[in-house]
Amino acid sequence: MGMTMTQKILAKHAHRDSVSAGDLLVSQVDLVLANDITGPPAINEFEKIGKPVFDKNKIALVPDHFSPCKDIKSATMCKRMRDFARKHEIKNYFEVGQMGIEHALLPDKGLVAPGEIVIGADSHTCTYGALNALSTGMGQTDIGCAMASGTSWFKVPQAIKVNLTGKLPKYVKGKDIILTIIGMIGVDGARYQSLEFTGEGVSELSMADRLTICNMAIEAGGKNGIFPVDEKTIEFLKERGVTREWEAVNADEDAEYARVLDIKLDELVPVVAYPHLPENTHPAKEGHAIKIDQVVIGSCTNGRLEDLEQAAEILKGHKVCDHVRMIIIPATQQIYQEAMHRGYIDTFIDAGAAVSTPTCGPCLGGYMGILAAGERAVSTTNRNFRGRMGHVDSEVYLASPYTAAASAITGYITSPEEVVK
Amino acid sequence: MSKVWRYGDHIDTDVIIPARYLNIADFKELAEHAMEDAKENLEINFAANVQPGDYIVAGKNFGCGSSREHAPVVLKVKGIKCIVADSFARIFYRNAINIGLPVLEIGADVEKIEPGDEIDVDVNNGEIKILNKNITIKTKPLPEFIQHIADCGGLINYIKGENK
Repeated sequence: MGMTMTQKILAKHAHRDSVSAGDLLVSQVDLVLANDITGPPAINEFEKIGKPVFDKNKIALVPDHFSPCKDIKSATMCKRMRDFARKHEIKNYFEVGQMGIEHALLPDKGLVAPGEIVIGADSHTCTYGALNALSTGMGQTDIGCAMASGTSWFKVPQAIKVNLTGKLPKYVKGKDIILTIIGMIGVDGARYQSLEFTGEGVSELSMADRLTICNMAIEAGGKNGIFPVDEKTIEFLKERGVTREWEAVNADEDAEYARVLDIKLDELVPVVAYPHLPENTHPAKEGHAIKIDQVVIGSCTNGRLEDLEQAAEILKGHKVCDHVRMIIIPATQQIYQEAMHRGYIDTFIDAGAAVSTPTCGPCLGGYMGILAAGERAVSTTNRNFRGRMGHVDSEVYLASPYTAAASAITGYITSPEEVVK
Repeated sequence: MSKVWRYGDHIDTDVIIPARYLNIADFKELAEHAMEDAKENLEINFAANVQPGDYIVAGKNFGCGSSREHAPVVLKVKGIKCIVADSFARIFYRNAINIGLPVLEIGADVEKIEPGDEIDVDVNNGEIKILNKNITIKTKPLPEFIQHIADCGGLINYIKGENK
């Protein structure tokens, strides 16, 4: 029987000719990731095992969640991770000044290539499927163990085949595609499964779109999301200096899928996920009754250069509505600098937005844009759970950078084409 | 008597342990915020009232969202004996097994367990008795490999055993 992309990657790393959905196996991994929240407890678990790190070049530690440190407690946790990185000579430890949001940073640093397995103590580790890698989130015990062994245990997942066809309308982006899919199948619609994207529509999507889509596979309960390799992938890898050998992985013709979803890109519209689940999607143009207090553009989901470009395209020559606070957070230093060179940062500041150094901060209610009771935010982040961005009685509406920027101008949920002159 | 703490569908990890407390490294201190953002928590105050040996019984997709292992950890620290749910989110399930917190996935049968019921769970045999209703719910046992991790008390002990 044929295998899906995910199954093939698992089989290869477990040194097996084939695997089937449901098999439990131990597999080698190519990169092990943790951040300032999950790293310290992962290190605690690692130290209980009493072995050295399996490979100092294959561990990535990124202080991004509460960093630059927001208080003494988070500074203590970051110090714990920094000391560990120095002691074990971890090559891919990224200090404040070089660090960015982990899932934007790792692909940009050339640390992920097709066919590789990346596991990370962060649920959005699934982002790298955009590069045809198998990447998935785990907890700190798993990651602590993998830092010692270079392996992990996996249950081979079934897959949902997402067949993309047609052309993408102007203001519809990766975020709208994945929110639409989550709205169709629900927040547990891909539970324990892979979302495997395929079809002629794939070529319509930029790498930023694909990264955003795979990033939110977890919001449908998925183990991972994954795209095949095409010219855009090859170009992306080349630009990021990936020179090691890699092999593109394609699904077998006779691979078995749990179900097939047909997504006609032409029919999609900008959407917004209302509180308190990412599956509560509504067309953005129906949101005029929802007055907002804050807009956040950033995060591992939508803090890339293209996302900032879209925000700047909408904001150029406009002002942020006077009852809205707008916070824009480039996901990495490199993105920040390039956005500055291209004049996006000027556009943001001219519009009245605050621009911050890279951090996950507001996405998870950490700092840098926390909501009070009764406040509402439109955000390009990934979760709108109760209390996610602050008080339990605050609300988060998930949207694309286009929609978020348009909403910042009007002060209520607004579809991007409504503000374009 | 063991109490059943009954929750609905899609209880996410931000509800189980809000991220604003994740700068707390001490798990005992952290556990004082367990289930704090659940919408019913103002009335029930889980962290103050839960007793060791109590159960959590929930609907679909329990533990969805973040990979933070702090979520199963705080429930374990609070003495939850077992979590029974219609279904679990993948990472939470894995984390619970890895730290030795028993979890049983029983599908729609979970509807038979109501707040105030008295239950007894035999984790090894996958059996849940609702004592006051004289109902027994049977589930599939865990796969052998995962049961072995559970029997070792979690992944660290399992790996230490393998290395011996």
